[in-house]
Amino acid sequence: MSRGAVLRGALGILAFLALWELGARIDAPVVGVLPGPAEVASSFADLVGSGGYWSSWVASGERVLWGFAAAMAVGVPFGLLLAINQRAKALLFPPFEILRPIPPLAWVPLSILFWPTQNLSIEFVIFMGAFYTVVLNVVGGAEQIDRRHVLVARSLGAGTWTVYRRVILPATLPSIATGAVVGMGITWEVVVAAELISGGGGSGGDGGGLGFLLWNAYQGGAIAQVIVCMISLGVAGYASSVAVRVLSERLMPWKEAR
Amino acid sequence: MNPASLQIEDVAKSYRSQSGELLALASCSIEIAPEELHVIVGPSGCGKTTLLNAVAGFQGIDGGVIRLGGETLCTPERQAEPGADRVVVFQHSTLFPWRTVLDNVTYGPVIQGRRSRAEARSLARERLSQAGLAGLEDRYPAELSSGAQRRVEIVRALVNEPRVLLLDEPFRGMDQITRDLMHEALLELYDRARPTVLFITHDIEEAVFLGSRVTAMSARPGRVKATIEVDLPRPREAGLRASARFNELLADILSLVHDEANRAFVAGDREAA
Amino acid sequence: MRRLILGLLGCGLLLGLWYLAVDVLAFGRFGSLPPLGEVLTEWTSHEPVYGTSIFTHNYYADIWVSVRRVLEAFVLAVLLGVPLGLAIGWSRRFRDFTFPVLELIRPIPILAWVPLAILMFPRGEQPVIFLTWLSAFFVMTLNTLLGVQSVDRDLVRAARSLGASPRDVLRTVIVPGALPYVTTGMKIAIGVSWFSLVAGEMVAGQSGLGYLINSSYATVRYPTIVIGMLTLGIVGFATSAAIGALAGRLAPHRTRTAAA
Repeated sequence: MSRGAVLRGALGILAFLALWELGARIDAPVVGVLPGPAEVASSFADLVGSGGYWSSWVASGERVLWGFAAAMAVGVPFGLLLAINQRAKALLFPPFEILRPIPPLAWVPLSILFWPTQNLSIEFVIFMGAFYTVVLNVVGGAEQIDRRHVLVARSLGAGTWTVYRRVILPATLPSIATGAVVGMGITWEVVVAAELISGGGGSGGDGGGLGFLLWNAYQGGAIAQVIVCMISLGVAGYASSVAVRVLSERLMPWKEAR
Repeated sequence: MNPASLQIEDVAKSYRSQSGELLALASCSIEIAPEELHVIVGPSGCGKTTLLNAVAGFQGIDGGVIRLGGETLCTPERQAEPGADRVVVFQHSTLFPWRTVLDNVTYGPVIQGRRSRAEARSLARERLSQAGLAGLEDRYPAELSSGAQRRVEIVRALVNEPRVLLLDEPFRGMDQITRDLMHEALLELYDRARPTVLFITHDIEEAVFLGSRVTAMSARPGRVKATIEVDLPRPREAGLRASARFNELLADILSLVHDEANRAFVAGDREAA
Repeated sequence: MRRLILGLLGCGLLLGLWYLAVDVLAFGRFGSLPPLGEVLTEWTSHEPVYGTSIFTHNYYADIWVSVRRVLEAFVLAVLLGVPLGLAIGWSRRFRDFTFPVLELIRPIPILAWVPLAILMFPRGEQPVIFLTWLSAFFVMTLNTLLGVQSVDRDLVRAARSLGASPRDVLRTVIVPGALPYVTTGMKIAIGVSWFSLVAGEMVAGQSGLGYLINSSYATVRYPTIVIGMLTLGIVGFATSAAIGALAGRLAPHRTRTAAA
């Protein structure tokens, strides 16, 4: 990136912050109700010192991790099954597709009813969010595998399991990776919403998750803190997507970077 | 058609790269008369595309001057603007995929405001028919063979009555048979309309078969090695390729270019984009 | 034909499992879920116990409210997002200034905006529409940008060489060239809109299908939860299909894949 571009980018960000600060001070429409960036920064400094903030990270992070892991653990084999076995696809894809338009958050009440703990119910909703993305990407990737690779392997004496493990799985890996990266992005969207919906005013900021923290701050009128939570969530989501992408690139050394 | 002369005088161009300044063109001078089909042939990296880009208005120059019809077109201080008086046909198809063949051909005249849509359409139909492409007007480019696409593109260019027609290795990568057919088609269009043409290629046989005059260029930094008159009669028949004179010319140019190509080969030159 | 039968069998299997686990066996946690039989009778009843069925007025009122909000937000997102994406893709200057700010804001989950949305747009359903719009807006901007960048630069040169001015190029080359990505973006955006709308209604709404689901949970009207979910599925599917059809007509010569 050229130096001019970096400079202009920084300028753009500064202009944004300046307008925000100005709008907050002069009580402009829409923006006037918000605290300015300066206030947000000091709130951040306060929060960073408190233990509750970091344990919220851990709480939300845990949920994301489990929900995501479940989505991958169930989604990848399920997707591969759909892609490989035509009969399975004809049988299972329709119910899959019928449930797909239901937004993941609509599952929250049923999830709360069903699962014994709050963590599990949130993780289930996260699972529903990421599951569809993972499956669709896996199916798409597996269906594009050149049939000839399978034929070659077979002609070299490979059995079904070997073909599965040595040809189909590696060839689908890029699509699995794409599904993982996109799915991971969705999980953070969902975890916030799930935390807001399932426990909104519930347990306090200690260990409740970033969504809880955000909502509690709002209820308590600490809007600067709300904004700090928003930014934290943005960072968390971005960092985890990057982490997944880096990890997946490690697993596929033969693929050029996109 | 109002074909113009093209004068390339002492043109030089250098690029800034990681290893410093790279001289792509060093003092090239070429004179092209109106209605002439001039071919520039040379090894990869010799700067022939750079010259074409400078005439077309996609790039500037660092030395010398380019004149079109006697008027200054391009100097180191002032780059030319792209325009329909110097239409370009690129290496790969640049037909607009979302427009039909007819709408592709009418694009130029309509966008310049020189013709109404109706006029442009009837003109386009006429030209397409002349080029043997009747019946394809309502097809999309993706539905055509590569040979047909190239011909449509040439018609699209010529319908603007350019002062110079610029062709940048337009038949590159085609198989022998298609290429021969394309040569015939191009020559037919040329004979009918007689624009000034600047044609870039690395295929010497193509250069001699098509050109009125051929300029052989050296490897980087590109210089004009020689400009040779191709005194073969027009219209150029396919049988000419077997004639003695043709092969003489071929040998002359080949020997000029071969050493240069070898140097370029050894130096590991990459194709100029 | 075989596929159709298998498909129906698959759906039947799903319903059958539900029936078995909840209606018949009701073991463990499955006992807390609303049984299939109850949901179906409630949904089709003239006098629904919990107040919502295909024969009640409020059912259709809720559906319409949600659909209207999604469409409003979606249209606004397209109207604002596409030009912004075009501008960012077309002008490097503009991109340098605005893209970093956009990319800093985009990772923030849409629902984290709920408190700010309520504060900034306090009247009625405005917060919900804002949230829905925001999610679709990012999708449209990003996909339009990708579309602009996907246009072969040589097409631009060819157009200039045919006498087009830079503005002509924008209008006759960039916009049509980016269209496949824009239409893909629209398909993604409608899905994302429903996602955000439901969440918004559940958290901050007073009407609509999301609100129906949430309030049914709060007022212990469990079969209605499922009615709401299934309705969402149907309506979501229908709007996606409609947008898909619209998208297909806008870019008939090609389809593409893009980013979410």
